[in-house]
Amino acid sequence: MTALLEVEDLKVAYGKIEAVKGISFSVEAGQVVTLIGTNGAGKTTTLRTLSGLLKPLSGSVTFDGKPLRKFRADQIVALGLAHSPEGRHIFPRMTIEDNLRLGAYLRDDKDGILKDIQQAYDLFPILGERRKQAAGTLSGGEQQMLAMGRAMMCRPKLLMLDEPSMGLSPIMMQKIMETIVELKSRGTTILLVEQNAQAALSLADQAHVMEIGKIVLSGTGQDLLHDESVRKAYLGED
Amino acid sequence: MNELPQQLANGLILGAMYGLIAVGYTMVYGIVQLINFAHGEIFMIGGFGALTVSLWLPSDFPLLAQIPLMIVFGVICSVAVGTAAERFAYRPLRGAPRLAPLITAIGLSILLQQAIWKWYPDATKDLSFPQFDADPIAFLGADIKVNSLFILIAAPVCMFGLGFFVNKTRSGRGMQATAQDPDTAKLMGIHTDRIIVMAFAIGAAFAAVAAVGYGLHQGQVSYLMGFIMGLKAFTAAVLGGIGNIYGAMLGGIVLGVAEALATGYMGDVPGMELFGGGGWKDVWAFALLIIVLLVRPQGLLGERVADRA
Repeated sequence: MTALLEVEDLKVAYGKIEAVKGISFSVEAGQVVTLIGTNGAGKTTTLRTLSGLLKPLSGSVTFDGKPLRKFRADQIVALGLAHSPEGRHIFPRMTIEDNLRLGAYLRDDKDGILKDIQQAYDLFPILGERRKQAAGTLSGGEQQMLAMGRAMMCRPKLLMLDEPSMGLSPIMMQKIMETIVELKSRGTTILLVEQNAQAALSLADQAHVMEIGKIVLSGTGQDLLHDESVRKAYLGED
Repeated sequence: MNELPQQLANGLILGAMYGLIAVGYTMVYGIVQLINFAHGEIFMIGGFGALTVSLWLPSDFPLLAQIPLMIVFGVICSVAVGTAAERFAYRPLRGAPRLAPLITAIGLSILLQQAIWKWYPDATKDLSFPQFDADPIAFLGADIKVNSLFILIAAPVCMFGLGFFVNKTRSGRGMQATAQDPDTAKLMGIHTDRIIVMAFAIGAAFAAVAAVGYGLHQGQVSYLMGFIMGLKAFTAAVLGGIGNIYGAMLGGIVLGVAEALATGYMGDVPGMELFGGGGWKDVWAFALLIIVLLVRPQGLLGERVADRA
């Protein structure tokens, strides 16, 4: 069986500066795969390239059997690849409900959309309570919930989450991580980018450590969680 | 001296035109942060398109029946030029420093003006626009020319339609999303290039409707008509808060009424006798802009937003 997402020797550059220097990894359906690493390792660049916001220098990306190079960002969403971006990027002046509706922009099944909006409210009750409120009035953690709920609205085959715990309080971070576990148990395939290595590794099936544009270490989440070099570099142990 | 109701009516007519044109500036700016200085010429092209249809029709064809045809053809001409400008002049410059598309817009504006001057028959002079031959209608103490009614009806219809489109349709919500955050809009599956074309097309269509109103109201069109009208409409868009479609119409009306009142009454103010009459109206319009920008830099309905990083 081929993987849902197959990345081979991907290189991405901003002008002359190569931010991603030839990485390869894959995501199988039903898995949670995480990319961890420090700022500037190229994790966000990788996700933005996968979703078509950036054009790769070289390499190939195959999603669900199709080469992504041929598609625009909006077409990639239609193929079933959703991206909850770093910094959340909810639409601040629109209501929570309209934000969720925009996540379903390409769908035509009104009843299904309503059902999925309700599902997002079940997952995050606070969003349901404030459905008519402008999204910009939400707290950071609530905005993160909205961004995740919105990304789920296109019923993706693969959900990419970029730094969902960034800037959140420990309690809120806990809540977001629990949600990822919940989504995983429902069979959602997830590609998770995180700086919080401890949390990401403990829920990931596969994990890759990125450093300055390259994958330097790969393994199962548990393997890396117990790897000495990872513990030193990313988990703050001496 | 003219009566107040008459001045208000004149101001409303003028303001409705400014407002309809201003929508084009504000929508394009809201989405691609470009001031499309060729928009005044898009307006002018709409007027010439409408005039052309009426010249094609037999002279005994009733004017009321001509008007829908004039609107349709004017809109087609403006939209064709507006979207072509987007596709071939502005799109290749997306991502370039802001100055490049701005200068392109100014160049395009001159190009369009000169093209009409050179190739449209007799366009070197003012060309007379078809007129209704009817007595003015008295309304609340003002006499409104039948020829000026068009813009007073068309402007609210257009604005209502636009409000519906932007708030109630999927493409409209896609447009709002693209204006707020283009990259994230793409991640929602929105084809943002198509949304940008749509913004140019709607702006151009509104400008063409305004041009039909202008032709009827003024009784003539000219290859230069887009310059001062475009500048005033741009002023209206900034006055109302650039990026806000309702602000554009509000700004247009405020500007039009202020101009009319200043023209009618400034000469009566003690010490200002020298400044009475229509010759100073542009001065009052731009003075108003400066005052509003000093007090409320984001415009009447604009939100204060930080520059995008």
